[in-house]
Amino acid sequence: MTSPTTVDTANAAATSAAGNREALEPSSPVAVFGHDEPLHLDAGIDLAPFQLAYNTYGALNADRSNAILVCHALTGDHYAASQSPVTGKPGWWSSIIGPGKPIDTDRYFVICSNVIGGCLGSTGPASINAETGEPYGLSLPVITIRDMVRAQKMLVERLGIDTLFAVIGGSMGGMQVLQWTVSYPDKVFAALPIATGARHSAQNIAFHEVGRQAVMADPDWAAGRYLLQGKRPVKGLAVARMTAHVTYLSELALQRKFGRNLQDREAFGFGFDADFQIESYLRHQGMTFVDRFDANSYLYMTRAMDYFDIAADYGGSLARAFQGSQTRFCLVSFSSDWLFPTDENRAVVHALNAAAASVSFVEIETDRGHDAFLLDEPHFFDAIDGFVSSAARARGLSR
Amino acid sequence: MMSSVEGRPVASGANGELAAPAAIRLDLAVIAELVTAKSRVLDIGCGDGALLALLEARRQVDGRGIELSQTGVNECVARGLSVIQGDADSDLVHYQDDAFDYVILSQTIQATRNPKVVLSELLRIGQRAIVSFPNFGHWSIRYALGFRGRMPVTANLAHAWYETPNIHFCTIRDFVELAENELGATVETAIAINATGQKMGMKMPWWFWNLFGQQAVFVLKR
Repeated sequence: MTSPTTVDTANAAATSAAGNREALEPSSPVAVFGHDEPLHLDAGIDLAPFQLAYNTYGALNADRSNAILVCHALTGDHYAASQSPVTGKPGWWSSIIGPGKPIDTDRYFVICSNVIGGCLGSTGPASINAETGEPYGLSLPVITIRDMVRAQKMLVERLGIDTLFAVIGGSMGGMQVLQWTVSYPDKVFAALPIATGARHSAQNIAFHEVGRQAVMADPDWAAGRYLLQGKRPVKGLAVARMTAHVTYLSELALQRKFGRNLQDREAFGFGFDADFQIESYLRHQGMTFVDRFDANSYLYMTRAMDYFDIAADYGGSLARAFQGSQTRFCLVSFSSDWLFPTDENRAVVHALNAAAASVSFVEIETDRGHDAFLLDEPHFFDAIDGFVSSAARARGLSR
Repeated sequence: MMSSVEGRPVASGANGELAAPAAIRLDLAVIAELVTAKSRVLDIGCGDGALLALLEARRQVDGRGIELSQTGVNECVARGLSVIQGDADSDLVHYQDDAFDYVILSQTIQATRNPKVVLSELLRIGQRAIVSFPNFGHWSIRYALGFRGRMPVTANLAHAWYETPNIHFCTIRDFVELAENELGATVETAIAINATGQKMGMKMPWWFWNLFGQQAVFVLKR
């Protein structure tokens, strides 16, 4: 457990600089859409020009039928199965995507793009607005999950793919998966939404609001113009991350990992240093997060999730949203996830049942909370493998 | 509970008797014969997906399943079957009327909390309901209760009274009474299977079936 006071500040600064460089000049491939191809945003504004940074793994087959789109979560990026140029860590789903893995890159062509509004190379609040020559900051229109999916659709078409074999993702990525099946039902053969819901709950909006208020209460946020002033609201963003991080875990897992153990000391310090390991752990999580993520982008991403409510777009009926769907669905929830509890996932399953769609659903027993979708969970991997393989057989994809 | 990790509740032979797994295969084979090709089928309490896989292979059905255990669901999903984790008592309400040609409840009704509601739900969401269950009127059970004065523990009903998931037993006659008189359903087909796994003759009277049928399979229609 690294104590915040021992974080290598020089290294942190280097990471932070790398993060900002990736926002402006991504080292991954980029698809640029000019004024002739604007992104029609739900906010009622056409965004142009804009760009999406993306990575691909594996090879597209001759009839272009083996493409899988992987959608990342709130603070994820398009380095799903390759080393992050910012943190130097392996891809966030490198245990699931790769040769011989549940999402087998020997069989499938995997695409993962940084969402619109993100901060790793796709157009977002840290990007430069060509009209002003300054970072967008808060002048970027508010982005929705549907906008993210609309942008991904343009990228998929740019890559010459008409129909995706599968769309897969967890948490905010799962929201994008659901939105894909509703916005473009005939373009998705199989959908695997994980640890997600068809809307953001009041409690989840509440936690996001706490996070946003923490960012905006930091004087260095400077009404969103911090990049122009050479500042960064690291304290506010770190607090936002600390709060959010608790929601990704579970009480059981916290107790198991940390209990009431003290950090590098035998007795209480009778002060407000990180006496407890859990405090030290959270501070570390906060500190490392600010090095790789843009504060304004965090505001936009959380807002997009808050606005998400598929049923609301269909007269309050989730079943109507899925009516006539020919997509094969498989939903996965985790028993100790209290951010997107099993019931939220099951509500989607019930709506799909009511719409007579083909759906599988499995709840994985684990005490690791919401974050379980990013961890090694053998039953989870088996479910992905089984579902994707059977969908591949149905799609006629050869081994 | 509707079913356990080991499979269908009545069939999980606690003392490893071979009769139980043999009974599963027979029960499933009989049901498979009753389902028409290319129909839409929902199997409630589908266990590891053995029946659904059989129906998809032999009858090319469009099959769906509901299963309570994570292990069972995982096995089904790994086999490429569309199965959700859930149970008969709470999850049927979400399906539309006439959503399926057949809704199958195999060796499960006696483990539901409310068999009457479950059965009426089957008849609502399926054109036909196929229900199989262990006959509590079988002579061996009557013997155990009537002469030995003990709750029966047989190869087919392998649990002691204090740990059985089977909470709503019925005889063949009880079932017919519920289906026809209480729910107004029509018995389209009725098959009784004796202790040696043979289908019993259709000409036999009900009392004979009720005494010698170890399991029964019914096809009901609204």
